[in-house]
Amino acid sequence: MAQPPIRVLLAKLGLDTHTVGVTVIAHALRDAGMEVIFTGLKQTPEMVANTAIQEDVDVVGVSSLSAGHMRNIPLLAELLRQKGGGDKLLIVGGVIPEEDQAVLRAAGVARIFTMGADTGEIVAYLNEWRATRDAAGAC
Amino acid sequence: MVAGVLAGQVAAGARLIRWLEDDDPRGRVALGQVYPHTGRAHLVGVTGPGGVGKSTLVDMLITEQRRRGRRVGVVAVDPSSPFTGGAILGDRVRMQRHAADEGVFIRSMGTRGQLGGLARASYDAMLVLDAMGYEVIFVETVGVGQDEIEIVALAHSTIIVAAPGLGDEIQAIKAGLMEAGDLFVLNKADRDGALQTLRQLEMSLHLREQSVAADAWKPPVLQAIAARGEGGAEIVDVLDRHAQFLRASGAFEAQRARRAHEVFVKLLRDAAAKKILASALARPDAAAVLADVAACRLDPHAAADLLLERIS
Repeated sequence: MAQPPIRVLLAKLGLDTHTVGVTVIAHALRDAGMEVIFTGLKQTPEMVANTAIQEDVDVVGVSSLSAGHMRNIPLLAELLRQKGGGDKLLIVGGVIPEEDQAVLRAAGVARIFTMGADTGEIVAYLNEWRATRDAAGAC
Repeated sequence: MVAGVLAGQVAAGARLIRWLEDDDPRGRVALGQVYPHTGRAHLVGVTGPGGVGKSTLVDMLITEQRRRGRRVGVVAVDPSSPFTGGAILGDRVRMQRHAADEGVFIRSMGTRGQLGGLARASYDAMLVLDAMGYEVIFVETVGVGQDEIEIVALAHSTIIVAAPGLGDEIQAIKAGLMEAGDLFVLNKADRDGALQTLRQLEMSLHLREQSVAADAWKPPVLQAIAARGEGGAEIVDVLDRHAQFLRASGAFEAQRARRAHEVFVKLLRDAAAKKILASALARPDAAAVLADVAACRLDPHAAADLLLERIS
């Protein structure tokens, strides 16, 4: 068998209801051979963390287009660590002001894709991340 | 890992399911240790054509089972793309309000090329959830047509979900499915044509009952409007009654033996086929035989027989 698919959870936290971006990403990742699970809207960090653990995804991608990220995303990162999901790759996409990015990175976000990021760039990034992780044997 | 699974730790169980679906050798070893601790859960299959509201129905049934104090596991299967292997696993969105409930474990799975309405590791996931102490396990199949009913062999109780307006008669639920269900649910029962579909379901079942023993289980037909949360208590009542019926007749345990047999034969068949195929294709004369088939000198059946004969 070929390599098993990368499993990705795409999440929308809080009251942000913009779904176009996350839908485009979902289709791009699927077409790149990944398994994509979507949480739906209006999720709390706890719901997203529980879902990521139950689904045992490799990657948690948060789509954030209307603020709230400075509170919700660090909380999600902390909950993931607490619940045994500290090995999951946390990435963020959407509208994240320059000055917030360092804070999110310090909280555990591996990569932030802002407006204009290409879906191919995201796919390539995830494939590279997996190759590096598997080569290191950290699973 | 195994101790974590048996203690009901979510991260441990989730990882074991991942190993099993990725065919990671560590999964086999752990499953072997977990397996003796299975057999307690009530395994419930939920199947039916696409678009009838299976996920929404499962969402409602989770709520009702939680009201009755039971811990609930869910395995929700969606199709993988046969071209890329990718999948968008969308069932979970309808059940996500249970994500903060520690008594509910929901796992989405892609079919990864498997036919029959389930994923290869669906049964393994059911075993893991059973060992973790979930008392009721719902398995939602992909939207099935007419004979993708692998779930029937793997569950104690199978719910067949239908909805009005899916087409002339109950075309989508014929032979295989009609014979398989332990409980039929007409979802979206407030829609036009509901009464007609209900009558058709009842008539088909009536015909089925005439050909079975008098003391056999008689599958009821229930109505539900899952999107509004209507009908869940009645469905769970019937599921409970069916579980009691199976236990009273010894079928609950007998099914376990039958399931083990089915799974064993299937695994053996898959492994044997793989092995035989590999050794047939590795033969030096395989290329020549294939060339004969391509050039129409030998038909595929004869070619297969020929190679099989030579390796045995």
